[in-house]
Amino acid sequence: MNQYIPVLLFAVIAIAFPIVTLAIAKLVSAGRYDPVKLEPYECGNPVTSEARDHRFSVRFYLIAVLFVVFDVETVFLFPWAVMFRKLALFGFVEMLVFLGILVVGYVYAWRRGALQWV
Amino acid sequence: MANPWVLFLLVPLVKIVVILGVVILLAAYLSFFERKILAYMQIRIGPNRVGPRGWLQPIADALKLFVKEDILPSRAEKFVYMLGPVLVTAPALVVFSVIPFGTGFKLFGAEVTPYLTDVNIGILFILGVSSVGVYGIILGGWASNNKFSLMGGLRSAAQLVSYEVPMGLSVVTVLLMASSLSLVKIVEAQRNSGVWFVFPGFIAFFIYFVCGVAETNRNPFDLPEAESELVAGFHTEYSGMKFAFYFLAEYANMVVISSIATVLFLGGWLPPFPNWLAGVWAAPVFTWIPTVIWNAGWFLVKMFAFLFVYIWFRGTFPRYRFDQLMALGWKVFIPVSLVNLMAVAFGVLLIGGSR
Repeated sequence: MNQYIPVLLFAVIAIAFPIVTLAIAKLVSAGRYDPVKLEPYECGNPVTSEARDHRFSVRFYLIAVLFVVFDVETVFLFPWAVMFRKLALFGFVEMLVFLGILVVGYVYAWRRGALQWV
Repeated sequence: MANPWVLFLLVPLVKIVVILGVVILLAAYLSFFERKILAYMQIRIGPNRVGPRGWLQPIADALKLFVKEDILPSRAEKFVYMLGPVLVTAPALVVFSVIPFGTGFKLFGAEVTPYLTDVNIGILFILGVSSVGVYGIILGGWASNNKFSLMGGLRSAAQLVSYEVPMGLSVVTVLLMASSLSLVKIVEAQRNSGVWFVFPGFIAFFIYFVCGVAETNRNPFDLPEAESELVAGFHTEYSGMKFAFYFLAEYANMVVISSIATVLFLGGWLPPFPNWLAGVWAAPVFTWIPTVIWNAGWFLVKMFAFLFVYIWFRGTFPRYRFDQLMALGWKVFIPVSLVNLMAVAFGVLLIGGSR
């Protein structure tokens, strides 16, 4: 575990660095504020609605769901790849079966148009 | 004399400060190199006013951003808005804790390594930590409460998520050949096998690098900040130092992707063709150079080659359309990298467990 302590130390410093810098910048930076300046930028037009009230494409959710499937599969490949030389032929066939099942789902998603953006 | 606490905390602390300093300076100067190289590509001169030939430009930029007005939009979600830059910067820097820049050397009788630590799950750690950066972008875009920012944040989340899968798959092909997750061991595997993984894994290398360009939101995949349609994308509302951190994170991420590509595919700190050109590298001119500088020098040369390609891309390619981007990721890269993965696995199977 000792090798992780420097990583932890680095993480603490890396998180503290932007926070401290932002705090110092807050003290030294210029600032002349007025209500109009603090409005969201909309090319100079008066803001009529909250951005978050607007709907956006359901495709973004679909991509997120597909990502979960494929990323879990990638994570599963990591230990397999490291041990591949020991598993040899068994591992190869095993992974062919696993990827075969995945490809069925992939082809299904493709045929149903889940990968089609417009 | 060797107090364990001193060795335990002081040595890593010194390394952390050095690594952080180098990375931040590198990221700052990368922006300068980018402006210079782009300028020469477009037959301009580029920044040449601040300091000799413009070499102090990044420092002037940083100072300017430091004292710039820091706007907190009235409709923004205040806490999340301020969290954004921190969340995007910290992971980009933490990744450098496991990247090996060279081999260890003796200093005052103690073994010193030119990298912070060698974690046995190195590449998994990098993939995990660098994914956290997505939160910084999407939360920043969402919290700004600006239509352009929201759109940019969503696009960037979809894009980063889509390209992470083929990227992971191409990393797995390297693991197949190296049989280890530790970055130091991966480089050593390339030394032992006598061939850089870029040759057997050329397709994986290509996919990795293109996905890396997409992961850092760079041209031609800079949809999240497409200035002609989304003003500045997810950081439209950010100004001053908060904007500077988004900027820093983007350039630090470029350095990260280039370093990992160097380690995984181009043999890290190894000189090119170590088994063929061993006689050349053993020449007195080269042996005079200390090993640390020699190794780190090769690492930097390869890394800068990648960074140059990044900038070259920006100077050359027009931007993708969003549906083209998604189609490329899901319909081309994923099937190709899956087939490539099994092909490489088959190759490793044929050569057998030689080690």
